[in-house]
Amino acid sequence: MSSAPVVQPVAALWKREILKFVRDRSRLVGALAQPLGFWLLLGLGFQGTFRMPQAEAAGIGYMEFLFPGIVALILLFTAVFTTISVVEERQRGFLQAALVAPAPRWALVLGNTLGGTTLAVLQALLFLLLLPLVGLPLSLTRVALVLLVSVTTALAFTALGFIIAWRMETTRGFHAVMNLLLLPMWLLSGAAFPAEGASVILRWIMRLNPVSYAVSALRQAIYWPDPPTAFAPFGLCLAISAAFALALLGVAAWTVRRPLYG
Amino acid sequence: MPAVDIQQVTHRYGDHVALRDVTLTVAPGTLFGLLGPNGGGKTTLFRILSTLLTPSEGTARVQDLDVTARPDAVRRHLGVVFQEPALDESLTVAENLRYHGALYGLHGTTLTARLQHLAGVFGVADRLGDRVQTLSGGLRRRTDLARGLLHRPDVLLLDEPTTGLDPAARHAFWQALARLRQAEGTTLLVATHLMDEAERCDEVGILDRGRLVAHGTPDALKTALGGETLWLETADAATLRDRVAARFDLDVRVIGEAVQISHPEAHDLLPALYDAFGPQIDSATVRRPTLEDVFMVHAGHTFEGRTTSSTPALQPAS
Repeated sequence: MSSAPVVQPVAALWKREILKFVRDRSRLVGALAQPLGFWLLLGLGFQGTFRMPQAEAAGIGYMEFLFPGIVALILLFTAVFTTISVVEERQRGFLQAALVAPAPRWALVLGNTLGGTTLAVLQALLFLLLLPLVGLPLSLTRVALVLLVSVTTALAFTALGFIIAWRMETTRGFHAVMNLLLLPMWLLSGAAFPAEGASVILRWIMRLNPVSYAVSALRQAIYWPDPPTAFAPFGLCLAISAAFALALLGVAAWTVRRPLYG
Repeated sequence: MPAVDIQQVTHRYGDHVALRDVTLTVAPGTLFGLLGPNGGGKTTLFRILSTLLTPSEGTARVQDLDVTARPDAVRRHLGVVFQEPALDESLTVAENLRYHGALYGLHGTTLTARLQHLAGVFGVADRLGDRVQTLSGGLRRRTDLARGLLHRPDVLLLDEPTTGLDPAARHAFWQALARLRQAEGTTLLVATHLMDEAERCDEVGILDRGRLVAHGTPDALKTALGGETLWLETADAATLRDRVAARFDLDVRVIGEAVQISHPEAHDLLPALYDAFGPQIDSATVRRPTLEDVFMVHAGHTFEGRTTSSTPALQPAS
Protein backbone atom coordinates (compact mmCIF):
# COMPACT_ATOMS: atom_id res chain seq x y z
CA MET A 1 0.00 0.00 0.00
CA SER A 2 2.89 2.40 -0.58
CA SER A 3 1.77 3.87 -3.89
CA ALA A 4 -1.78 4.92 -4.71
CA PRO A 5 -3.96 2.02 -5.91
CA VAL A 6 -4.95 2.31 -9.59
CA VAL A 7 -5.72 -1.11 -11.10
CA GLN A 8 -8.30 -2.20 -8.50
CA PRO A 9 -10.20 1.11 -8.49
CA VAL A 10 -10.36 1.27 -12.29
CA ALA A 11 -11.55 -2.34 -12.49
CA ALA A 12 -14.12 -1.79 -9.73
CA LEU A 13 -15.56 1.33 -11.37
CA TRP A 14 -15.73 -0.42 -14.74
CA LYS A 15 -17.44 -3.47 -13.26
CA ARG A 16 -19.98 -1.31 -11.46
CA GLU A 17 -21.03 0.43 -14.70
CA ILE A 18 -21.59 -2.94 -16.35
CA LEU A 19 -23.50 -4.42 -13.37
CA LYS A 20 -25.75 -1.38 -13.12
CA PHE A 21 -26.59 -1.55 -16.80
CA VAL A 22 -27.29 -5.29 -16.83
CA ARG A 23 -29.58 -4.98 -13.79
CA ASP A 24 -31.66 -2.23 -15.38
CA ARG A 25 -33.85 -3.97 -17.99
CA SER A 26 -35.48 -0.76 -19.18
CA ARG A 27 -32.08 0.64 -20.10
CA LEU A 28 -31.25 -2.57 -21.99
CA VAL A 29 -34.39 -2.38 -24.08
CA GLY A 30 -34.36 1.40 -24.59
CA ALA A 31 -30.74 1.40 -25.67
CA LEU A 32 -31.52 -0.75 -28.69
CA ALA A 33 -35.15 0.00 -29.46
CA GLN A 34 -34.65 3.76 -29.76
CA PRO A 35 -31.93 3.84 -32.45
CA LEU A 36 -33.64 0.99 -34.27
CA GLY A 37 -36.90 2.95 -34.38
CA PHE A 38 -35.05 6.08 -35.46
CA TRP A 39 -33.37 4.22 -38.27
CA LEU A 40 -36.58 2.64 -39.51
CA LEU A 41 -38.67 5.83 -39.32
CA LEU A 42 -36.11 8.15 -40.93
CA GLY A 43 -34.91 5.52 -43.33
CA LEU A 44 -38.33 4.48 -44.61
CA GLY A 45 -39.53 8.09 -44.59
CA PHE A 46 -36.80 9.46 -46.85
CA GLN A 47 -36.33 6.26 -48.87
CA GLY A 48 -38.30 7.52 -51.86
CA THR A 49 -37.01 11.13 -52.04
CA PHE A 50 -33.35 10.75 -51.02
CA ARG A 51 -30.71 10.90 -53.75
CA MET A 52 -26.91 10.78 -53.28
CA PRO A 53 -25.22 13.90 -54.77
CA GLN A 54 -22.46 11.89 -56.45
CA ALA A 55 -23.44 10.08 -59.64
CA GLU A 56 -21.29 7.04 -58.87
CA ALA A 57 -23.12 6.48 -55.55
CA ALA A 58 -26.58 6.82 -57.03
CA GLY A 59 -27.57 3.28 -56.04
CA ILE A 60 -27.32 3.97 -52.30
CA GLY A 61 -30.72 4.26 -50.62
CA TYR A 62 -31.39 6.29 -47.49
CA MET A 63 -31.59 3.24 -45.17
CA GLU A 64 -28.10 2.31 -46.29
CA PHE A 65 -26.78 5.87 -46.14
CA LEU A 66 -28.13 6.36 -42.62
CA PHE A 67 -26.70 3.10 -41.25
CA PRO A 68 -23.28 4.38 -40.10
CA GLY A 69 -25.00 7.51 -38.79
CA ILE A 70 -27.16 5.39 -36.50
CA VAL A 71 -24.05 3.59 -35.24
CA ALA A 72 -22.63 7.03 -34.40
CA LEU A 73 -25.92 8.05 -32.77
CA ILE A 74 -25.80 4.99 -30.50
CA LEU A 75 -22.21 5.73 -29.58
CA LEU A 76 -22.77 9.41 -28.80
CA PHE A 77 -25.92 9.12 -26.75
CA THR A 78 -25.14 5.92 -24.86
CA ALA A 79 -21.65 7.10 -24.01
CA VAL A 80 -22.77 10.50 -22.79
CA PHE A 81 -25.75 9.32 -20.78
CA THR A 82 -23.83 6.65 -18.85
CA THR A 83 -22.25 9.59 -17.01
CA ILE A 84 -25.56 11.00 -15.81
CA SER A 85 -25.11 9.11 -12.51
CA VAL A 86 -22.12 11.38 -11.83
CA VAL A 87 -24.49 14.35 -11.48
CA GLU A 88 -26.46 12.68 -8.69
CA GLU A 89 -23.61 10.90 -6.98
CA ARG A 90 -21.27 13.88 -6.91
CA GLN A 91 -23.51 15.54 -4.33
CA ARG A 92 -24.30 12.38 -2.46
CA GLY A 93 -22.24 9.97 -0.45
CA PHE A 94 -21.40 7.52 -3.20
CA LEU A 95 -19.00 9.61 -5.25
CA GLN A 96 -17.72 11.53 -2.22
CA ALA A 97 -16.61 8.23 -0.72
CA ALA A 98 -14.54 7.67 -3.85
CA LEU A 99 -13.07 11.17 -3.58
CA VAL A 100 -11.84 10.64 -0.02
CA ALA A 101 -10.21 7.31 -0.99
CA PRO A 102 -6.51 7.23 -1.93
CA ALA A 103 -7.24 6.19 -5.54
CA PRO A 104 -6.08 9.04 -7.79
CA ARG A 105 -8.84 11.14 -9.31
CA TRP A 106 -7.79 10.36 -12.88
CA ALA A 107 -8.30 6.67 -12.08
CA LEU A 108 -11.92 7.51 -11.24
CA VAL A 109 -12.26 9.18 -14.65
CA LEU A 110 -10.65 6.23 -16.40
CA GLY A 111 -12.82 3.61 -14.65
CA ASN A 112 -15.99 5.55 -15.37
CA THR A 113 -15.19 6.27 -19.02
CA LEU A 114 -14.05 2.70 -19.69
CA GLY A 115 -17.32 1.41 -18.25
CA GLY A 116 -19.42 3.79 -20.35
CA THR A 117 -17.30 3.07 -23.43
CA THR A 118 -17.79 -0.69 -23.04
CA LEU A 119 -21.56 -0.28 -22.89
CA ALA A 120 -21.70 2.07 -25.87
CA VAL A 121 -19.42 -0.07 -28.02
CA LEU A 122 -21.32 -3.29 -27.24
CA GLN A 123 -24.57 -1.66 -28.31
CA ALA A 124 -23.04 -0.26 -31.48
CA LEU A 125 -21.71 -3.73 -32.36
CA LEU A 126 -25.12 -5.26 -31.67
CA PHE A 127 -26.68 -2.82 -34.15
CA LEU A 128 -23.91 -3.61 -36.63
CA LEU A 129 -25.29 -7.15 -36.82
CA LEU A 130 -28.12 -5.64 -38.92
CA LEU A 131 -25.66 -4.54 -41.63
CA PRO A 132 -26.59 -7.43 -44.00
CA LEU A 133 -30.15 -5.97 -44.10
CA VAL A 134 -28.87 -3.13 -46.32
CA GLY A 135 -27.05 -5.59 -48.56
CA LEU A 136 -23.60 -5.29 -47.01
CA PRO A 137 -22.32 -8.60 -45.61
CA LEU A 138 -20.39 -8.59 -42.33
CA SER A 139 -16.69 -9.38 -42.46
CA LEU A 140 -14.05 -9.62 -39.80
CA THR A 141 -12.26 -6.54 -41.15
CA ARG A 142 -15.45 -4.48 -41.22
CA VAL A 143 -16.31 -5.40 -37.64
CA ALA A 144 -12.73 -4.74 -36.47
CA LEU A 145 -12.60 -1.31 -38.14
CA VAL A 146 -15.99 -0.32 -36.75
CA LEU A 147 -14.79 -1.49 -33.33
CA LEU A 148 -11.71 0.76 -33.56
CA VAL A 149 -13.72 3.86 -34.45
CA SER A 150 -16.38 2.99 -31.87
CA VAL A 151 -13.88 2.77 -29.02
CA THR A 152 -12.30 6.15 -29.76
CA THR A 153 -15.68 7.83 -30.29
CA ALA A 154 -17.25 6.35 -27.15
CA LEU A 155 -14.19 7.28 -25.05
CA ALA A 156 -14.42 10.86 -26.29
CA PHE A 157 -18.10 11.18 -25.48
CA THR A 158 -18.04 9.48 -22.06
CA ALA A 159 -15.24 11.90 -21.20
CA LEU A 160 -17.33 14.80 -22.52
CA GLY A 161 -20.33 13.59 -20.50
CA PHE A 162 -18.15 13.36 -17.40
CA ILE A 163 -16.85 16.91 -17.86
CA ILE A 164 -20.35 18.35 -18.15
CA ALA A 165 -21.81 16.11 -15.42
CA TRP A 166 -19.14 17.28 -12.97
CA ARG A 167 -20.34 20.87 -13.33
CA MET A 168 -24.07 20.17 -13.33
CA GLU A 169 -26.33 20.52 -10.31
CA THR A 170 -29.34 18.62 -11.68
CA THR A 171 -29.90 15.74 -14.08
CA ARG A 172 -32.47 17.90 -15.86
CA GLY A 173 -29.80 20.47 -16.61
CA PHE A 174 -27.51 17.71 -17.81
CA HIS A 175 -30.18 16.40 -20.19
CA ALA A 176 -30.80 19.90 -21.56
CA VAL A 177 -27.13 20.73 -22.14
CA MET A 178 -26.29 17.37 -23.66
CA ASN A 179 -29.22 17.38 -26.08
CA LEU A 180 -28.34 20.91 -27.11
CA LEU A 181 -24.80 19.76 -27.82
CA LEU A 182 -25.25 16.24 -29.15
CA LEU A 183 -28.07 16.70 -31.64
CA PRO A 184 -26.36 19.42 -33.75
CA MET A 185 -23.06 17.55 -33.53
CA TRP A 186 -24.76 14.46 -34.91
CA LEU A 187 -26.84 16.27 -37.55
CA LEU A 188 -23.81 18.18 -38.83
CA SER A 189 -21.53 15.15 -39.06
CA GLY A 190 -22.59 13.76 -42.40
CA ALA A 191 -24.65 11.17 -40.53
CA ALA A 192 -28.08 12.42 -41.58
CA PHE A 193 -27.28 13.99 -44.96
CA PRO A 194 -24.16 13.92 -47.18
CA ALA A 195 -21.83 16.91 -46.83
CA GLU A 196 -21.31 16.99 -50.60
CA GLY A 197 -24.86 18.16 -51.20
CA ALA A 198 -24.89 20.77 -48.43
CA SER A 199 -24.23 24.53 -48.73
CA VAL A 200 -20.65 25.77 -48.48
CA ILE A 201 -21.00 27.23 -44.96
CA LEU A 202 -22.51 24.02 -43.66
CA ARG A 203 -19.78 22.02 -45.32
CA TRP A 204 -17.17 24.05 -43.45
CA ILE A 205 -18.91 23.54 -40.13
CA MET A 206 -19.06 19.85 -40.85
CA ARG A 207 -15.31 19.80 -41.52
CA LEU A 208 -14.69 21.32 -38.08
CA ASN A 209 -17.00 18.90 -36.31
CA PRO A 210 -14.97 16.02 -34.81
CA VAL A 211 -17.98 13.69 -35.13
CA SER A 212 -17.76 14.05 -38.95
CA TYR A 213 -14.49 12.14 -38.87
CA ALA A 214 -15.98 9.35 -36.77
CA VAL A 215 -18.99 9.07 -39.11
CA SER A 216 -16.77 9.13 -42.18
CA ALA A 217 -14.55 6.42 -40.68
CA LEU A 218 -17.61 4.29 -39.87
CA ARG A 219 -18.94 4.79 -43.41
CA GLN A 220 -15.61 3.72 -44.91
CA ALA A 221 -15.41 0.75 -42.53
CA ILE A 222 -18.72 -0.82 -43.54
CA TYR A 223 -17.77 -0.75 -47.25
CA TRP A 224 -14.27 -2.09 -46.65
CA PRO A 225 -12.23 -3.03 -48.74
CA ASP A 226 -13.89 -0.63 -51.25
CA PRO A 227 -14.68 2.49 -49.25
CA PRO A 228 -16.49 5.31 -51.04
CA THR A 229 -14.57 8.51 -51.72
CA ALA A 230 -14.46 10.58 -48.56
CA PHE A 231 -13.13 13.97 -47.51
CA ALA A 232 -10.43 12.26 -45.43
CA PRO A 233 -8.93 8.76 -45.61
CA PHE A 234 -9.80 6.19 -42.91
CA GLY A 235 -6.44 6.47 -41.12
CA LEU A 236 -6.70 10.25 -40.79
CA CYS A 237 -10.31 10.02 -39.57
CA LEU A 238 -9.33 7.49 -36.92
CA ALA A 239 -6.34 9.57 -35.84
CA ILE A 240 -8.51 12.68 -35.44
CA SER A 241 -11.08 10.68 -33.44
CA ALA A 242 -8.34 9.32 -31.19
CA ALA A 243 -6.80 12.76 -30.67
CA PHE A 244 -10.24 14.17 -29.82
CA ALA A 245 -10.76 11.36 -27.27
CA LEU A 246 -7.35 11.92 -25.66
CA ALA A 247 -7.93 15.66 -25.40
CA LEU A 248 -11.32 15.19 -23.72
CA LEU A 249 -9.94 12.55 -21.35
CA GLY A 250 -7.25 15.03 -20.39
CA VAL A 251 -9.81 17.74 -19.73
CA ALA A 252 -11.91 15.28 -17.68
CA ALA A 253 -8.90 14.31 -15.55
CA TRP A 254 -8.15 18.00 -15.04
CA THR A 255 -11.78 18.74 -14.19
CA VAL A 256 -11.95 16.26 -11.29
CA ARG A 257 -8.80 17.70 -9.76
CA ARG A 258 -10.71 20.86 -8.98
CA PRO A 259 -11.98 20.83 -5.41
CA LEU A 260 -15.69 20.13 -4.96
CA TYR A 261 -16.14 23.01 -2.56
CA GLY A 262 -14.79 26.54 -2.72
CA MET B 1 0.56 12.50 19.20
CA PRO B 2 -3.14 13.41 18.85
CA ALA B 3 -5.18 11.49 16.26
CA VAL B 4 -6.68 14.76 15.04
CA ASP B 5 -4.99 18.11 15.50
CA ILE B 6 -6.75 21.26 14.32
CA GLN B 7 -4.88 24.52 14.86
CA GLN B 8 -6.47 27.93 14.33
CA VAL B 9 -8.53 26.87 11.34
CA THR B 10 -10.63 29.53 9.66
CA HIS B 11 -12.63 28.89 6.52
CA ARG B 12 -14.55 31.26 4.28
CA TYR B 13 -16.91 30.49 1.39
CA GLY B 14 -16.70 33.83 -0.36
CA ASP B 15 -17.87 36.34 2.25
CA HIS B 16 -19.44 33.74 4.50
CA VAL B 17 -17.21 32.65 7.38
CA ALA B 18 -17.97 28.98 8.06
CA LEU B 19 -15.23 28.37 10.63
CA ARG B 20 -13.56 30.95 12.88
CA ASP B 21 -10.22 30.20 14.49
CA VAL B 22 -11.04 26.64 15.58
CA THR B 23 -8.38 24.84 17.63
CA LEU B 24 -9.09 21.30 18.74
CA THR B 25 -7.16 18.11 19.44
CA VAL B 26 -8.55 14.61 19.76
CA ALA B 27 -6.54 11.89 21.52
CA PRO B 28 -6.28 8.42 19.91
CA GLY B 29 -9.15 6.09 20.73
CA THR B 30 -11.49 8.88 21.79
CA LEU B 31 -15.16 8.98 20.86
CA PHE B 32 -15.47 12.68 20.16
CA GLY B 33 -18.80 14.38 19.55
CA LEU B 34 -19.01 17.54 17.49
CA LEU B 35 -22.27 19.10 18.63
CA GLY B 36 -23.93 22.01 16.94
CA PRO B 37 -26.96 23.17 15.00
CA ASN B 38 -27.05 22.97 11.21
CA GLY B 39 -24.83 25.66 9.78
CA GLY B 40 -22.60 25.56 12.85
CA GLY B 41 -19.57 24.49 10.83
CA LYS B 42 -19.50 20.74 11.45
CA THR B 43 -19.71 19.78 7.79
CA THR B 44 -17.05 22.31 6.81
CA LEU B 45 -14.70 20.95 9.46
CA PHE B 46 -15.31 17.41 8.18
CA ARG B 47 -14.67 18.45 4.59
CA ILE B 48 -11.34 19.90 5.67
CA LEU B 49 -10.36 16.78 7.63
CA SER B 50 -11.40 14.50 4.77
CA THR B 51 -9.19 16.46 2.30
CA LEU B 52 -12.14 17.69 0.20
CA LEU B 53 -11.56 21.30 1.19
CA THR B 54 -8.45 23.37 1.86
CA PRO B 55 -8.88 25.67 4.88
CA SER B 56 -8.49 29.41 4.25
CA GLU B 57 -6.23 29.68 7.32
CA GLY B 58 -4.67 27.36 9.87
CA THR B 59 -3.59 23.73 9.75
CA ALA B 60 -5.32 20.41 10.24
CA ARG B 61 -3.50 17.13 10.83
CA VAL B 62 -4.72 13.55 10.95
CA GLN B 63 -2.31 11.04 12.53
CA ASP B 64 0.33 13.79 12.34
CA LEU B 65 -0.16 14.19 8.57
CA ASP B 66 -1.12 17.60 7.21
CA VAL B 67 -4.37 17.35 5.23
CA THR B 68 -3.31 20.03 2.75
CA ALA B 69 0.29 18.95 2.21
CA ARG B 70 -0.27 15.19 2.21
CA PRO B 71 -3.89 14.45 1.28
CA ASP B 72 -3.06 11.01 -0.18
CA ALA B 73 -1.43 9.85 3.04
CA VAL B 74 -4.28 11.25 5.12
CA ARG B 75 -6.85 9.38 3.01
CA ARG B 76 -5.28 6.01 3.88
CA HIS B 77 -5.68 6.68 7.59
CA LEU B 78 -9.14 8.12 7.37
CA GLY B 79 -12.60 6.64 6.95
CA VAL B 80 -15.65 8.79 6.28
CA VAL B 81 -19.32 7.99 6.86
CA PHE B 82 -21.43 10.66 5.13
CA GLN B 83 -24.89 11.91 5.99
CA GLU B 84 -26.30 9.72 3.27
CA PRO B 85 -25.04 6.14 2.92
CA ALA B 86 -22.45 5.88 0.15
CA LEU B 87 -24.03 2.76 -1.27
CA ASP B 88 -25.28 1.90 -4.75
CA GLU B 89 -28.81 0.61 -4.26
CA SER B 90 -28.80 -1.58 -7.35
CA LEU B 91 -25.75 -3.51 -6.14
CA THR B 92 -25.69 -6.12 -3.38
CA VAL B 93 -24.15 -5.49 0.03
CA ALA B 94 -21.11 -7.58 -0.87
CA GLU B 95 -20.71 -5.85 -4.27
CA ASN B 96 -20.82 -2.46 -2.60
CA LEU B 97 -18.23 -3.44 -0.03
CA ARG B 98 -15.97 -4.94 -2.70
CA TYR B 99 -16.25 -1.79 -4.78
CA HIS B 100 -15.22 0.47 -1.91
CA GLY B 101 -12.47 -1.90 -0.78
CA ALA B 102 -11.04 -1.71 -4.31
CA LEU B 103 -10.83 2.09 -4.05
CA TYR B 104 -8.29 1.46 -1.28
CA GLY B 105 -6.44 -1.14 -3.33
CA LEU B 106 -7.88 -4.06 -1.34
CA HIS B 107 -8.58 -7.26 -3.26
CA GLY B 108 -8.69 -11.06 -3.14
CA THR B 109 -8.85 -13.03 0.09
CA THR B 110 -7.74 -10.07 2.24
CA LEU B 111 -10.76 -8.08 1.12
CA THR B 112 -13.11 -11.07 1.44
CA ALA B 113 -11.97 -11.82 4.99
CA ARG B 114 -12.23 -8.19 6.08
CA LEU B 115 -15.63 -7.78 4.46
CA GLN B 116 -17.03 -10.89 6.14
CA HIS B 117 -15.59 -9.91 9.50
CA LEU B 118 -17.16 -6.44 9.39
CA ALA B 119 -20.47 -7.80 8.12
CA GLY B 120 -20.47 -10.06 11.17
CA VAL B 121 -19.63 -7.25 13.59
CA PHE B 122 -22.42 -5.04 12.23
CA GLY B 123 -25.06 -7.73 11.80
CA VAL B 124 -25.36 -7.78 8.00
CA ALA B 125 -23.60 -11.11 7.39
CA ASP B 126 -26.82 -12.81 6.30
CA ARG B 127 -27.64 -9.98 3.85
CA LEU B 128 -24.38 -9.91 1.87
CA GLY B 129 -26.06 -11.26 -1.27
CA ASP B 130 -29.07 -8.93 -1.10
CA ARG B 131 -29.38 -5.70 -3.05
CA VAL B 132 -29.08 -2.59 -0.91
CA GLN B 133 -32.51 -1.38 -2.07
CA THR B 134 -34.09 -4.25 -0.11
CA LEU B 135 -32.39 -3.23 3.17
CA SER B 136 -34.00 -1.19 5.95
CA GLY B 137 -32.56 2.24 6.80
CA GLY B 138 -30.82 0.86 9.88
CA LEU B 139 -29.17 -1.99 7.97
CA ARG B 140 -28.02 0.43 5.27
CA ARG B 141 -26.37 2.61 7.89
CA ARG B 142 -24.58 -0.34 9.41
CA THR B 143 -23.51 -1.54 5.96
CA ASP B 144 -22.20 1.96 5.30
CA LEU B 145 -20.31 1.86 8.59
CA ALA B 146 -18.66 -1.38 7.49
CA ARG B 147 -17.93 0.32 4.16
CA GLY B 148 -16.04 3.12 5.91
CA LEU B 149 -13.92 0.69 7.92
CA LEU B 150 -12.73 -1.77 5.25
CA HIS B 151 -9.24 -0.27 5.11
CA ARG B 152 -8.84 -0.18 8.91
CA PRO B 153 -8.72 3.60 9.26
CA ASP B 154 -7.17 5.07 12.42
CA VAL B 155 -9.72 7.85 12.41
CA LEU B 156 -13.36 7.56 11.36
CA LEU B 157 -15.44 10.67 10.66
CA LEU B 158 -19.20 10.25 10.95
CA ASP B 159 -21.33 13.14 9.71
CA GLU B 160 -24.75 12.88 11.39
CA PRO B 161 -24.77 9.15 10.73
CA THR B 162 -28.18 8.43 12.28
CA THR B 163 -30.16 10.98 10.25
CA GLY B 164 -33.55 9.53 9.36
CA LEU B 165 -33.31 6.48 11.62
CA ASP B 166 -35.99 5.51 14.12
CA PRO B 167 -34.97 5.26 17.81
CA ALA B 168 -34.45 1.50 17.70
CA ALA B 169 -32.22 1.70 14.64
CA ARG B 170 -30.28 4.60 16.20
CA HIS B 171 -29.74 2.56 19.32
CA ALA B 172 -28.50 -0.39 17.25
CA PHE B 173 -26.15 1.94 15.35
CA TRP B 174 -24.57 3.26 18.54
CA GLN B 175 -24.19 -0.26 19.86
CA ALA B 176 -22.38 -1.11 16.65
CA LEU B 177 -20.05 1.85 17.24
CA ALA B 178 -19.35 0.61 20.76
CA ARG B 179 -18.42 -2.85 19.44
CA LEU B 180 -16.16 -1.23 16.89
CA ARG B 181 -14.30 0.79 19.55
CA GLN B 182 -13.78 -2.33 21.59
CA ALA B 183 -12.54 -4.37 18.65
CA GLU B 184 -10.32 -1.88 16.79
CA GLY B 185 -9.75 1.15 19.02
CA THR B 186 -10.61 3.49 16.15
CA THR B 187 -10.74 7.21 16.96
CA LEU B 188 -14.27 8.35 16.21
CA LEU B 189 -15.40 11.88 15.37
CA VAL B 190 -19.18 12.10 15.27
CA ALA B 191 -20.96 15.24 14.12
CA THR B 192 -24.43 15.43 15.58
CA HIS B 193 -27.18 17.84 16.50
CA LEU B 194 -28.76 15.32 18.88
CA MET B 195 -28.08 15.87 22.58
CA ASP B 196 -28.48 12.24 23.59
CA GLU B 197 -25.90 11.24 21.01
CA ALA B 198 -23.46 13.83 22.29
CA GLU B 199 -24.05 12.46 25.82
CA ARG B 200 -22.64 9.10 24.70
CA CYS B 201 -19.29 10.64 23.72
CA ASP B 202 -16.10 10.74 25.78
CA GLU B 203 -15.61 14.37 24.84
CA VAL B 204 -17.78 16.98 23.22
CA GLY B 205 -16.89 20.07 21.25
CA ILE B 206 -19.66 22.59 20.72
CA LEU B 207 -19.63 24.42 17.39
CA ASP B 208 -21.82 27.44 16.93
CA ARG B 209 -21.71 29.80 13.93
CA GLY B 210 -18.23 28.59 13.10
CA ARG B 211 -16.78 28.97 16.60
CA LEU B 212 -15.80 26.22 18.99
CA VAL B 213 -17.54 27.69 22.02
CA ALA B 214 -16.97 24.87 24.52
CA HIS B 215 -14.98 21.67 24.75
CA GLY B 216 -14.71 18.97 27.42
CA THR B 217 -16.29 15.80 28.78
CA PRO B 218 -20.10 15.95 28.90
CA ASP B 219 -19.95 15.65 32.71
CA ALA B 220 -17.43 18.43 33.17
CA LEU B 221 -19.38 20.75 30.86
CA LYS B 222 -22.62 20.12 32.75
CA THR B 223 -21.07 20.23 36.23
CA ALA B 224 -19.70 23.67 35.42
CA LEU B 225 -23.33 24.84 35.31
CA GLY B 226 -24.08 23.51 38.80
CA GLY B 227 -25.33 20.16 40.11
CA GLU B 228 -28.99 19.41 40.85
CA THR B 229 -30.70 22.75 40.28
CA LEU B 230 -34.09 24.37 40.22
CA TRP B 231 -35.38 25.70 36.90
CA LEU B 232 -38.17 28.24 36.61
CA GLU B 233 -39.91 28.72 33.28
CA THR B 234 -41.18 32.26 32.87
CA ALA B 235 -42.05 34.84 30.25
CA ASP B 236 -39.27 37.26 31.22
CA ALA B 237 -36.32 35.40 32.69
CA ALA B 238 -34.07 38.40 33.26
CA THR B 239 -36.66 40.26 35.35
CA LEU B 240 -37.47 37.22 37.44
CA ARG B 241 -33.76 36.61 38.02
CA ASP B 242 -33.28 40.16 39.27
CA ARG B 243 -36.27 39.91 41.57
CA VAL B 244 -35.22 36.53 43.02
CA ALA B 245 -31.70 37.83 43.55
CA ALA B 246 -33.02 40.95 45.30
CA ARG B 247 -35.31 39.03 47.64
CA PHE B 248 -33.31 35.87 48.46
CA ASP B 249 -29.66 35.20 49.02
CA LEU B 250 -29.42 32.66 46.20
CA ASP B 251 -27.08 31.72 43.34
CA VAL B 252 -29.41 32.61 40.49
CA ARG B 253 -28.88 33.14 36.74
CA VAL B 254 -30.54 32.94 33.35
CA ILE B 255 -29.78 29.98 31.14
CA GLY B 256 -31.50 30.00 27.82
CA GLU B 257 -35.05 31.14 28.52
CA ALA B 258 -35.22 29.81 32.08
CA VAL B 259 -34.08 30.99 35.49
CA GLN B 260 -31.72 28.56 37.15
CA ILE B 261 -31.18 28.45 40.93
CA SER B 262 -28.35 26.38 42.37
CA HIS B 263 -29.01 25.17 45.88
CA PRO B 264 -28.26 21.87 47.70
CA GLU B 265 -31.94 21.42 48.65
CA ALA B 266 -33.43 23.07 45.62
CA HIS B 267 -36.96 21.66 45.96
CA ASP B 268 -37.29 23.05 49.54
CA LEU B 269 -37.14 26.54 48.03
CA LEU B 270 -40.28 26.04 45.98
CA PRO B 271 -42.97 27.13 48.51
CA ALA B 272 -41.17 30.38 49.30
CA LEU B 273 -40.61 31.15 45.63
CA TYR B 274 -44.21 30.42 44.69
CA ASP B 275 -45.41 32.65 47.57
CA ALA B 276 -43.31 35.52 46.26
CA PHE B 277 -43.49 35.15 42.48
CA GLY B 278 -46.28 32.65 41.82
CA PRO B 279 -47.96 34.59 38.99
CA GLN B 280 -44.70 34.92 37.03
CA ILE B 281 -43.69 31.25 37.27
CA ASP B 282 -45.11 29.10 34.46
CA SER B 283 -43.49 25.92 35.72
CA ALA B 284 -40.73 24.74 38.03
CA THR B 285 -38.47 21.69 37.69
CA VAL B 286 -35.62 20.22 39.67
CA ARG B 287 -33.07 18.60 37.36
CA ARG B 288 -29.42 18.47 36.35
CA PRO B 289 -28.14 20.75 33.59
CA THR B 290 -28.18 19.12 30.16
CA LEU B 291 -25.86 19.57 27.21
CA GLU B 292 -28.56 21.75 25.71
CA ASP B 293 -28.15 24.10 28.70
CA VAL B 294 -24.39 23.97 28.14
CA PHE B 295 -24.95 24.94 24.53
CA MET B 296 -27.22 27.85 25.42
CA VAL B 297 -24.80 29.25 28.00
CA HIS B 298 -21.86 29.18 25.65
CA ALA B 299 -23.59 30.07 22.40
CA GLY B 300 -25.84 32.78 23.86
CA HIS B 301 -28.92 31.47 22.09
CA THR B 302 -31.08 28.36 22.01
CA PHE B 303 -30.10 25.38 19.96
CA GLU B 304 -32.78 26.15 17.39
CA GLY B 305 -31.23 29.57 16.86
CA ARG B 306 -33.51 31.86 18.93
CA THR B 307 -31.59 34.39 20.98
CA THR B 308 -32.28 34.09 24.68
CA SER B 309 -33.78 36.97 26.72
CA SER B 310 -32.84 40.58 26.15
CA THR B 311 -29.78 40.36 28.37
CA PRO B 312 -26.87 38.30 27.12
CA ALA B 313 -26.71 34.83 28.60
CA LEU B 314 -24.48 34.58 31.62
CA GLN B 315 -21.28 32.68 31.87
CA PRO B 316 -21.14 30.20 34.74
CA ALA B 317 -20.77 32.13 38.00
CA SER B 318 -17.87 30.16 39.42
